[in-house]
Amino acid sequence: MQVHRVSRQYVIRKLLIMIPSLLGISIVLFALLAMAPGDPFDELATNPAVPPEVRAALRAKFGLDDPIWMRYWHWLIALLQGDWGFSFVSRMDVSTLILQRLPVTLVVIGASQILAIAIAIPVGVLAATRPYSLFDQIANTFAFIGFSLPTFFTGLVLILVFSIQLDWLPFVYRADINATGWAFYWEHIKQSIMPVTVLGLFQGAALVRFVRSSVLDVIRLDYVTTARSKGIGERKVITRHVVRTALIPVVTLVALQMPIVFSGAVVTEQIFRVPGIGSLLITSMLSNDTPVVMGVTFVSACLVVIFNLIADILYGWLDPRIAFR
Amino acid sequence: MAEPLLDIRGLKTWFKTDDGMVRAVDGVDLHIDRGETLGVVGESGCGKTVTARSVLKLIDMPPGRFEDGQILWQGRDLIPLSLEAMDKIRAKEIAIIFQEPMTSLNPVYTVGDQIAEVVELHQKLSRKQALAAAAEMLRLVNIPNPQRRVHDYPHQFSGGMRQRVMIAMALSCQPKLLIADEPTTALDVTIQAQILELMQEMKERFGMAIMLITHAMGVVAETCQRVTVMYAGKVVEEAPVEALFGNPRHPYTQGLIRSIPRVDRSAEKKQRLEAIAGTVPNLLDPPPGCRFASRCKFAMDLCTQAVPPLKEVGPGHYVRCVL
Amino acid sequence: MAGSTPASLSASAPAAVPGGRKAQRFSPWHEAWRRFRRHKMALFSAFALFLIVFGVLAGPFIWRVPINEIDFAAKLQGPSWSHPLGTDDLGQDLLARLIYGGRISIAVGVAAMVVAIFFGVLVGAIAGMSSGRVDAALMWVTDLFLSLPQLPLLLLVIYLFREPVKGVLGVEGGAFVLIVAVIGGTRWMSAARLVRAQFLSLREKEFVEAARALGASKLRQVVQHILPNALGPVIVVATIDIAAAIIAESTLSFLGLGFPSDVPTWGSVLRDAKDYLDIAPHWALFPGSLIFITVLAINFIGDGLRDALDPRRVL
Repeated sequence: MQVHRVSRQYVIRKLLIMIPSLLGISIVLFALLAMAPGDPFDELATNPAVPPEVRAALRAKFGLDDPIWMRYWHWLIALLQGDWGFSFVSRMDVSTLILQRLPVTLVVIGASQILAIAIAIPVGVLAATRPYSLFDQIANTFAFIGFSLPTFFTGLVLILVFSIQLDWLPFVYRADINATGWAFYWEHIKQSIMPVTVLGLFQGAALVRFVRSSVLDVIRLDYVTTARSKGIGERKVITRHVVRTALIPVVTLVALQMPIVFSGAVVTEQIFRVPGIGSLLITSMLSNDTPVVMGVTFVSACLVVIFNLIADILYGWLDPRIAFR
Repeated sequence: MAEPLLDIRGLKTWFKTDDGMVRAVDGVDLHIDRGETLGVVGESGCGKTVTARSVLKLIDMPPGRFEDGQILWQGRDLIPLSLEAMDKIRAKEIAIIFQEPMTSLNPVYTVGDQIAEVVELHQKLSRKQALAAAAEMLRLVNIPNPQRRVHDYPHQFSGGMRQRVMIAMALSCQPKLLIADEPTTALDVTIQAQILELMQEMKERFGMAIMLITHAMGVVAETCQRVTVMYAGKVVEEAPVEALFGNPRHPYTQGLIRSIPRVDRSAEKKQRLEAIAGTVPNLLDPPPGCRFASRCKFAMDLCTQAVPPLKEVGPGHYVRCVL
Repeated sequence: MAGSTPASLSASAPAAVPGGRKAQRFSPWHEAWRRFRRHKMALFSAFALFLIVFGVLAGPFIWRVPINEIDFAAKLQGPSWSHPLGTDDLGQDLLARLIYGGRISIAVGVAAMVVAIFFGVLVGAIAGMSSGRVDAALMWVTDLFLSLPQLPLLLLVIYLFREPVKGVLGVEGGAFVLIVAVIGGTRWMSAARLVRAQFLSLREKEFVEAARALGASKLRQVVQHILPNALGPVIVVATIDIAAAIIAESTLSFLGLGFPSDVPTWGSVLRDAKDYLDIAPHWALFPGSLIFITVLAINFIGDGLRDALDPRRVL
């Protein structure tokens, strides 16, 4: 069946709505930084790697003695210009560092979301079409177990079973694999299996319940009875008329869950030592690398906003009632 | 007499709930002949909608189940049929339209897609031909600009227009029976008349039979040849329309007819509209005798002891009352 | 006699029964308990959670082994009679440490829930009672916080405020207050949205309108008439919040940014254990399972409470 086109105004309006969100995030972050007692660059004074003049220059650049709104303004301008500061631990620009680490995180998050959706939609739909059946009860119990298992514990258990006991998969993610061609990709896939599984199962478990309840909501609507009365067969009724509509709120939920996915990614990257921005956040916190901490937090917040935008556009594409308004 | 098109015999459709079995339809007999319009009347919750949906097996099972009875479609019982076999009858031979045109169409597909879906399946047409057929159906139900409107979504139509779309969809495979489940209840009064008129027109054109479910006696008087009156899951009276209005035998039917507002009378004689006192009995645990007894002015001891049988009181006129 | 036929048959079947016989016989709490009891997993979970909480509270009086007695001769031992859950790399008794850690983890969970619900109800109630700009502004802030990635934000706040708070309240107390405040402060949004939605519908109900007509003040309307009726769903969210807060605390401690190593919580014990997975898997499995079982039990109880108190909502 045909799919309608999303109007350009709709997309533009959604893009404009992003701006206050991003400003709000920047205000929250700046407020935290400004409220933190002490000078966030104090530790630089005790860091022998940082000459005093660099520290003075930084203080001047950030205008630490200016009124607060001025400081925010300068900070924001610098942020927008891509001037995110310098990491004294890694000895490179924060923006370069983050850009280096970002792709891995995006791949891990993306793959795990795909896994989560691939599990959640069929299981949730099957459970909803047979409510209170044995399958439904088993699926429901596993979903509860899935989102009650903390990611750090699942990660450790997987390492224990698949790396230590069975020795099938490596438990440390390596960026420098000495292989070429197929072997290179195979190694990458092998070392990604566990982090992606941990994140994907956790997400999938929460999604199963949501898909199920969304399908249950739709299945009792009048137009599903209309569809049944057409004699197109139960299978087409479910796929064409129930699932298609039930997935619309699921899209929003997947976007709303992005902050949680991100939290999961931080933990997973830390456990498997995946060199993404999540593990970067933790290592820079443990080594007091404030500019990197601020940068990564801001980037992760921006990613969430961007995912929300994508969800909004998908929503408009899936639901013709929205984009026309 | 020739075999009726649809013959429902002793149908019992019950629902299992947390509190027990709800006997929504509890032994209904009715039949429809080719090309006739049968009105099924009764108040909300009397089982008329469940009866209608039972014919197409559109009841969720569980919680619903067929406890007993037969639904003979051209002599063939539908109850034992598999869902796959039912799908060959749905829309192609028996079509249905519902009370709520606002929610009966899928909001995410164009109306053309939704009509074409039926045509494509049952008439083995290509997508393109099916869409053309859909536009033709929209034209038949008097939707202006059908070639363009076929690509519009349901939310771009008004309630009355959506009911026209539903009718177009239902008739697109030229069924032998159209079940109309309170097709005008949710619509404005002026639109109601237009939809009823459209159904009459379509009936003349395609020659199908109509099972018109309604609680509006006025609608019945205007459109039906025969009427079945239902009360609390049972048929209480069945008669040709003239006989029913001229000589209603069941106290419930009499009450229904008296509750029709009559502008001429009430203005002249300052007569008050009569309501039927009391409420519908609990279908979980229906009283043993006549189900209307608790609300009936003429109730006797006999009425609460056993369900009275349906007896013939005139040609084609049956009533379930001891009077 | 006019009346609309309900949209679906499954819904119309029970609706055909006027009143419903059992509902009239009991009080609402009785009815809630009847529904909760039917949720077998919730009932079983309530029992399991009771055992865990009781064990954690009474444990130190029964198992009198100190949590920080170092015994290198007994390090990294598996479960035995002298150490039922084994020992860690310093030979400290894991049972004692996990009992102590459970107290902290559960206390953090409950306290953070109280903070989150307090702010959530406050924000939701103000937004729900006022309309227009105040409501819009509060909901914008709520949505903004919802879209912030929780863990990085939690970590950032702890990172920035850890040292100063420690200076004022001491290592353990400082960590506790900071962690509770931060977890509570980043989890109030769902309660706020829920309470607002409840208020918006409840304040139009007849009984509140009657109170308004009788001249009840806004505060009185809220405290006397609206809040009690919004309580059910709030209790459900509060329960599930405890589970989320326990996970958040263990995550922080696991990442090394929560409680320090010398304060054993389930998360910090797990962090210390993760480098010894190959030689002492029991060390990681016991705290991990405790977190899992506690969180699972609370989630099931929350589900049972939802059936009992908030039957309309599906998720």
